Amino acid sequence: MGENGAFIKRAMVIGGGIAGISASIDLGNGGYEVVLVEKLPSIGGRMLQLSETFPTLDCAQCTLTPKTVETGQHPRIKLLTYSEVDSVQGKAGDFRVRIRRKAAYVDWEKCTGCGLCQQKCPSKNPSEFDRGMGLGKAIHTLSPQAVPNKPVINPSQCRYFKEKKCRVCEKVCPVGAIDYEQQDRFVEERVGAIITAVGFDLIPKESFGEYGYGNVPDVIDGLAFERLNSASGPTTGEIRRPSDGKIPKEVVFIQCTGSRDPDRYMPYCSRVCCMYTAKHARLYKHKVHDGQAYIFYMDIRSTGKGYEEFIQQGMEEEGILYLRGRVSRIFRDGEKVVVWGVDTLTGKKVEVSADMVVLATAIVSQRDTKDLAGKLGIKTDEYGFLTEAQRKLRPVETDVEGIYIAGCAQGPKDIADAVAHANAAASKVQGLFAKH
Amino acid sequence: MDYLYFPGCTLNTKAKNFDQTARDCSRLLGFELKELKNWTCCGATFPLATDNIMALLPPSRILATAREEGTTLTTLCAICFNVIKRTNRLIQGDGEKKDKINNFIEKNYQGDLQVLHYLEILKQDVGFPQLKEKVKKPLEGLKAAAYYGCMLLRPFKEMGFDDKEKPTLFEDFLEALGAKAVEFPYKIECCGSFQSVGSPDVATECAHKILGSALKNGAEAMVSTCPMCTFNIDHKQSDIKQKYSDFKPVPVFYFTQLLGMAMGLDYQTLGFEQNAVDPLPLLKEKGLL
Repeated sequence: MGENGAFIKRAMVIGGGIAGISASIDLGNGGYEVVLVEKLPSIGGRMLQLSETFPTLDCAQCTLTPKTVETGQHPRIKLLTYSEVDSVQGKAGDFRVRIRRKAAYVDWEKCTGCGLCQQKCPSKNPSEFDRGMGLGKAIHTLSPQAVPNKPVINPSQCRYFKEKKCRVCEKVCPVGAIDYEQQDRFVEERVGAIITAVGFDLIPKESFGEYGYGNVPDVIDGLAFERLNSASGPTTGEIRRPSDGKIPKEVVFIQCTGSRDPDRYMPYCSRVCCMYTAKHARLYKHKVHDGQAYIFYMDIRSTGKGYEEFIQQGMEEEGILYLRGRVSRIFRDGEKVVVWGVDTLTGKKVEVSADMVVLATAIVSQRDTKDLAGKLGIKTDEYGFLTEAQRKLRPVETDVEGIYIAGCAQGPKDIADAVAHANAAASKVQGLFAKH
Repeated sequence: MDYLYFPGCTLNTKAKNFDQTARDCSRLLGFELKELKNWTCCGATFPLATDNIMALLPPSRILATAREEGTTLTTLCAICFNVIKRTNRLIQGDGEKKDKINNFIEKNYQGDLQVLHYLEILKQDVGFPQLKEKVKKPLEGLKAAAYYGCMLLRPFKEMGFDDKEKPTLFEDFLEALGAKAVEFPYKIECCGSFQSVGSPDVATECAHKILGSALKNGAEAMVSTCPMCTFNIDHKQSDIKQKYSDFKPVPVFYFTQLLGMAMGLDYQTLGFEQNAVDPLPLLKEKGLL
């Protein structure tokens, strides 16, 4: 217990995606202090990479940015970004969490977020946030709307760290915030409850030999398409293919890439691909009117509110060609990407000479989720997703009292479900705090 | 070290050049292909019906006989390799079938034989770097497309020959001989196989696509590991030519013929008279004769 053995009514949320943000705001508004730990330099998570969201086609950043800003300015939310949980001790009411604050090589206390260092940095590298398509700087924030708007230096890209010369950012920084000597440091936070909302990853497209092991340049994954379609992305929202920047006139979308494939990849359904593929194809048609979108699918699973209507609209009004069948091979032939598939409704083989292919790659757990689960003493399933206490009736609790889970860390979810899950986790924490 | 060798029917007849060049090359590489006694047809197709025990008997008998003589069995023909290796795996993993098969063939074979393809010997036992050193006449300037077909690779879990979607073993072999291996997307596609009997047009189409793709990517020659593939992509080129008048014939080699050339064998011993498209003009042009 805390001072004098009191139950500490302060929570930690691990993971600053839409689930973690939602839970943090709920708890903060409920009157409790929250420590939000995020391993990346800023919050927003995967949703910040998205262009528009289904089924309303709202701009993801327009709906998310008010939430990230609210989180950043909330009087009861303490943001620890670029930080990872190092160890956890204690029990419900008194967890002592040691947190590694990774060296940003920028003194965030001094930094005003003016952005001059990023403008002047000479080291350009493929941007991870833009799925390797655009160029980012060695000193960078994840996006122009980053919360907090403080940059970090990636030492593996920085000229000074690699070659001991440059120091341009140090020279241009008007407040002297650059600190090449900065080290990781550790802080301890004491909280009464923890919500784990560490999100998901995508199975790498390099896993798929039949689709060229990631070596065909115009075969991209769903998140990459989000970046291409995003106004803040590498093409400022124009659909241009990575290899030569041309506007693709025929685009093939392949659902269930790595999902529902128990022999080779993931046996489960990733739940969002049917919808986001339909969304991608529709957004593509909105921007390239004379383009043709093909979607290879196994089944259409559109079980959310307004989802089936969204799919139907794409089929009937936007001329998207749905082909029920799998794709067996993709290869590059000159400037084209040849797609071999089958239409099982007609029983015919289909060959499309496409300009670009978008793979709806399976949602998988983050690589470090298992490690974090070990520190928290909670379980993961065989795929690395966090295990809830009871599949139906206790979907946000874990086997450890005071530790809850939210969002895609538990399994694939769309935004609405991830937010609902996070709201539920936050309300469980409030219930726990109210009891003591 | 000598290798117990199963030639298979086609290598005894239509693909004699494949068989002979492999035996000659082995001697130059310091080992002998020791022919299995009393061998029979491998069965030619691995049965897909789970209760089709009869079709498993020929390869099982071959395996059992081979085990009496040694611990490995080597093949050259990709189809024989496929049938024998898969049967071996089935015997290893399915006790009930193993007993049934042994009862039929009156043997007691336990699946403890290693089934090898000649290319695997070249890679693992000889080694491509060492092979490169042994090459007397590098095939410099020859742009050759390594055509795997299906049978070496599929089904991947059972064959485990190389990467299932993008194998490189065959290309590495060609590079060791000094040739330039041409990458082309159809290198692991089906040649049409036995369709050339029942639906010859289907097989001709397959072959035309494979050859066209290799030519488009700069190949001057095709290299095969399989008499079936060779039949479809070499001997059927006359049919392709009839259908597509602009088709330019391309020589198809067995990989052992190229190996023999590189090892310095006289070209007259390489059995080119059995190749449908005469490779000599190309070899002359490349200064390899």
